[in-house]
Order: sequence, then C-alpha cells, then structure tokens
Amino acid sequence: MAISLTELETLLLESFPHAKVTVTDLAGDGNHYAAEVIDESFRGKNRVQQQRAVYAALKGKMDGAHGELHALALTTKAPD
Amino acid sequence: MTDAKTQISETVKAHDVVLFMKGTKTMPQCGFSSRVAGVLNFMGIEYADVNVLADDGVRQGIKEYSDWPTIPQLYVKGEFVGGCDIITEMTLSGELDTLFEENGVTYDKDAANKIREANA
Repeated sequence: MAISLTELETLLLESFPHAKVTVTDLAGDGNHYAAEVIDESFRGKNRVQQQRAVYAALKGKMDGAHGELHALALTTKAPD
Repeated sequence: MTDAKTQISETVKAHDVVLFMKGTKTMPQCGFSSRVAGVLNFMGIEYADVNVLADDGVRQGIKEYSDWPTIPQLYVKGEFVGGCDIITEMTLSGELDTLFEENGVTYDKDAANKIREANA
C-alpha cells in the first residue's frame, strides 16, 4: 500500500489550512516521506505535542502493518 | 488496563531509560530503531531495550500508551520523550544531554559532542 505525495499534502492541509507544508518523497516508492509542517498552532507546544497533532491529521495512515505509510520523517515548528 | 499496558507501565517505571524498538540494542531490525539505539549506545547510556517485534501485545499497546503511532519510542523516568526524529533533533541541539542531566542519567558528554561535530 502506498499514498501519493499530493494525497499526503492534502491531508495535512485539511488539518493545518494555514501551515507551510513541504512534503518530499524520500524513496520514490510512495511509502517513505519527509514532511515539514510550519504552523502557528504549534507555538508553545513541545515537539511531542506538535507531532501528535500531525499524526492525528493523518488519520491512521501510519498504523503499522495496515498503514499506508511506513515512514514519515517529521519536522514541526512554529513560524519564526 | 490490558496486560500489555500493565507490562509497559511497569517497564518504564522500573528503568530510568527504556527504548521500545524493532529488534534489540545489539541487533536493531529497522533503520529508525537503529539510529536511536546507536545514539544511546554511543553515549554510553544504560537502558532497557524492549523488542516490540517479539510481542504483538506490546507492539500495539505501546502506541496506545503514548498516543504515538510509531516505533522507536524513548522513555526517561517513565515519561515519553519522542521518536526517531525528535531524539535526533534533541541529540544535535544538546537538549538530550540536558534531559539526561536533569534526570540523573549518566552519559558520555564527549561522545555526545562527537555526534554533534560529525553532523555539524
């Protein structure tokens, strides 16, 4: 199973409509991505809280053996 | 609480530093687990490794326990610290050193500096 880069971006932007979202396909297999999400809502939250919010936006697509995404390298921060 | 969650709760309370990972600290079976175990090994941290591949209950249970969907997961003094990306960032920024210091965990400062020099 895999997920397209556009689909991933769309999912993230649905939950973070004002964020700067950058998604990179790391392996070209639709399974290993890097995503950077810069959003005002992250201000004052620690990294665990920020990344939990991103995982929640992905609605179970990361869920282990049944997930469509094996690997997502995440970078999250509030805008400078 | 399920048996797996009780077991997880007891494990993270019994050891100052615990890494839930795929494989073991001497034989990791996933690149992300390998990276975090590698950092801890290099920094000379004494930690308990839990191989989630050996127990499906723990593999699912740990995700619910921390509300975090991925493995590896690092715990210090019973608190979830983060997964591979967070631990990597914290290693490079020196925040991991601070966390260990604050929690009285012995680590090799020179080794930590070497990691930072190599990734500068």
